Amino acid sequence: MARRHPPLAEVHAAAGASVTEFGGWAMPVEFDSIRTEHAAVRESVGIFDVSHMSEIEVDGPEATELMDRLTTNDVEALAPGEAQYACITRDDGVILDDTVIYRLPDRDGEAAYLFVPNAGHDAQFTDWWREHREEWGLDAAVDNVTDEWAMFAVQGPDSPARIAAVTDDSVTDLGRFEHTTSTVAGCECRIARTGYTGEDGFEILCPAADAEPVWSAFDCQPCGLGARDTLRIEAGFLLSGQDFDPDTVPRTPYEAGVGFTVDLDSAFVGRDALADQRSTGVDRRLVGVTMRDRGVPREGYELVDDTGEPVGRLTSGTMSPTLNEGIGLGYVAIDHADPGTPVGIVVRGTEKRAVITALPFRSTSS
Amino acid sequence: MSFDVPDAFRYLESHEWTTTDDPARIGITDFAQDELGDVVFVELPAVGDEIEAGSAFGVVESIKAVSDLYAPISGEVTAVNEDLFDQPELVNDDPFGDGWMLEVEPSDDAFDDLLSAEAYREQIT
Repeated sequence: MARRHPPLAEVHAAAGASVTEFGGWAMPVEFDSIRTEHAAVRESVGIFDVSHMSEIEVDGPEATELMDRLTTNDVEALAPGEAQYACITRDDGVILDDTVIYRLPDRDGEAAYLFVPNAGHDAQFTDWWREHREEWGLDAAVDNVTDEWAMFAVQGPDSPARIAAVTDDSVTDLGRFEHTTSTVAGCECRIARTGYTGEDGFEILCPAADAEPVWSAFDCQPCGLGARDTLRIEAGFLLSGQDFDPDTVPRTPYEAGVGFTVDLDSAFVGRDALADQRSTGVDRRLVGVTMRDRGVPREGYELVDDTGEPVGRLTSGTMSPTLNEGIGLGYVAIDHADPGTPVGIVVRGTEKRAVITALPFRSTSS
Repeated sequence: MSFDVPDAFRYLESHEWTTTDDPARIGITDFAQDELGDVVFVELPAVGDEIEAGSAFGVVESIKAVSDLYAPISGEVTAVNEDLFDQPELVNDDPFGDGWMLEVEPSDDAFDDLLSAEAYREQIT
């Protein structure tokens, strides 16, 4: 499959960004250094190009029912201008992806939604939505608009000031998970108070053709996927395809620590399996792990108990630039999941000391 | 971008350098540290260990990558740069100076098969 490129690929190359493949997209991974970019977001403000994220629009008389039956949260609770984090699960309750659902202004008196699955999932979920629409006989249009939009994230304690400097409306009045339209550099954008860094911040959807003036208007530290990863791990946020994946890491929302996205009163694909798991409890769950010995936890490393018996495995890890310790996310047997429980991490055949840690590793500034 | 490649050192294709002194100092190149990004951890052998030319002698980790370190020469380790355990960023800041990794007592003709600065410069440009 040919690689997909964000609208600003050439602008990033000219800025000296190194590029990595992620979800089928060639995306900037590092502009200056991960440490510099990470610190900018923790201490002031940085901007990320996240145009690799998928965008799918759903509207029509039964759009709300279609959205509600395919995602774990209560979509009916959303008013125009509100957004919601949710999982997309299959029949057995396993997470296919996580997503943010934005309720747009009504169209011809009918509800309209934009939802944002992860990179490279746009075709898959456009099909998934349409197949279920046919199966259930619902009247709703489903459009993959991923290539029409660029998406940027402006994140950090100074992000409200940065937003206020470039928009002509008081976007800074938005609460968490609220969104509105506003003009940036003369271009109409949708701006949401959302993010993936554990800081206050905004995400901006702008037409792909307007990407350059909008990006440039923010004039702050450009950040790549490298810093995005270290920031989200410190915040304890999951990465689709790594901390859960229907093929390689099949996990339910309860196991993955995102049970708060599940509304069992809403009838969705996977609901019955999750209701069962809710009553029986989970055997394993997502935890934070902090190294006590020197070293860097990484995806795939085994977790062992004090007798050396395997009790779980890491799905993400890094050296935390903020805390200057090795931190990771992973799954452990439920009897080892309490914060403070000592565990070993097997690093290249050697066991290193570590401890289960409450998430997030670092609390937010907002 | 241009990278430092000191003329007096010898190089491996895998981006390690060695001096030709006795003991010889070993580290990774400016190009290598730039490719890795922020170095956060190094795992090195102990004084008295033997390393073998072309074999892995340790590991360097940046925030984004784990990379084996290959020995440019064979010999007994006579010193280890312990500063790197607390300040691994020295590898980024000064790869040919304070970011050195090992000192090794070289065998005879240890340096014959290594790249000259000129040859290594050609490889990375």
